[in-house]
Order: sequence, then C-alpha cells, then structure tokens
Amino acid sequence: MKLETKYQGHIEVDEKTVLMFEKGIPAFETETSFVLLPLEEGTPFLVLQSTKTPEVAFIVINPFEFVPGYEVKLPDSTIEALEIEKPEDVATFVMLTVKEPFNDTTANLQAPVIINANKQKGKQLLMSNSPYETKHAIFKETVTTKGEK
Amino acid sequence: MLVLSRKIQEAIQIGDDIELKIISIEGDQVKIGIDAPKHVEIHRKEVYLAIQEENSAAAKTVSVDVLKGFVQTKK
Repeated sequence: MKLETKYQGHIEVDEKTVLMFEKGIPAFETETSFVLLPLEEGTPFLVLQSTKTPEVAFIVINPFEFVPGYEVKLPDSTIEALEIEKPEDVATFVMLTVKEPFNDTTANLQAPVIINANKQKGKQLLMSNSPYETKHAIFKETVTTKGEK
Repeated sequence: MLVLSRKIQEAIQIGDDIELKIISIEGDQVKIGIDAPKHVEIHRKEVYLAIQEENSAAAKTVSVDVLKGFVQTKK
C-alpha cells in the first residue's frame, strides 16, 4: 500500500507490516494503525508512523542500547492485550522528543512502546510505579547528568 | 460529576465489574482499592497527563536533520 509519511515522503509499505494499536496512544487515541520504518540506514532511529495521519509520527529507539539496566516488566494486562506468547516476539521502543541541540533530546522511559511482532499488535505501556521519567536526557554527556535521579 | 460520600471500608460499584473501596484515610490522603477487569487500565491521573503531554511534544518534531548529524558524529 502507498503511504504518505511525515519524514520520508510517499513510500510503499507491505500491508502485513501494519501494527494495530487497538486503543491508540495517549493524546492520539484515534490513531490505531502504525508502521515502523527505519529512519535512515545505519542509524538507531526508527519512525513509528501513523498510516492514517501523515503528521502523526514518532521517532523511536531501542532503549536497551542506550540506557544501561533499563527494565520493562510487562503486566498481565499487556500480555493479554497484545496476545504475547513468547518473550522473543516482543520488541520494545521508547519515543524521543527531539530537541536542538541534539543533546537536549529526551526519551520517554516511563511509557515504552511494546510491540508483539508475531501478531502485529502494539501499545504504549504506562509504567505508573516506575523510577523512569517521561523526559530522560538520553544523550547527555555523563558530566551533565546531575539533574538525574 | 457525580459526588458520593463514603466511609472507610465502604465501596462504590461502577458497572458490572468495577469496584472502588475506601481502604484508609490519613490526613489529606485517601487509600483506594480498585477491583477491575485486566483490560481496564488504571493510572494515576498525573501520570496519564504527563504521558499525553510528552506524546504530543514528541509528535511535534519537525525536522529530523539533527538526528542525521548525531549519526555522523558517532562514526
């Protein structure tokens, strides 16, 4: 299918790669269908692009590559909602709020995006009782992290 | 908004399968127990609002050129 994207213009995507977010995501409750697109080859960034609204797209990364010790515990409700059967089917991403300069970019570690690659289902998991923040300065040099917990 | 008065250990039934129970009251803090089906998501309001706000901010990214710069400097 043809898709108009926010960052990559018009592209062709396989319908089988469409991810269903049954309840949308907070603030975008009517966006229930997304595709995950690599932003540029050789970069860690991907785009979670709505298939319905070209302007709705999120830059995401694999948090485990950038946040040592980052942990996500999937509650039963998530495992049930996404019909997760095997841990290896699960992919975890976090959304970036991109800033200039780039080092001010933050990652929402409190609400990772969980995808069951086997069923093409996804949702944003809100981790209420987690130590993680919605604005984690993920690319800051260690010397400037005094504000972190 | 419907307003109901409840005492400790009293509860409120919402629909067929959601129960809110007042567990304890200490000063200005109320502990509420919630029984609901798994598919009903329950969040502290301020957490939910913070996530909504951050999602809106994340979606406002206009240019991703700055990301391409990051990759080049890493190489």
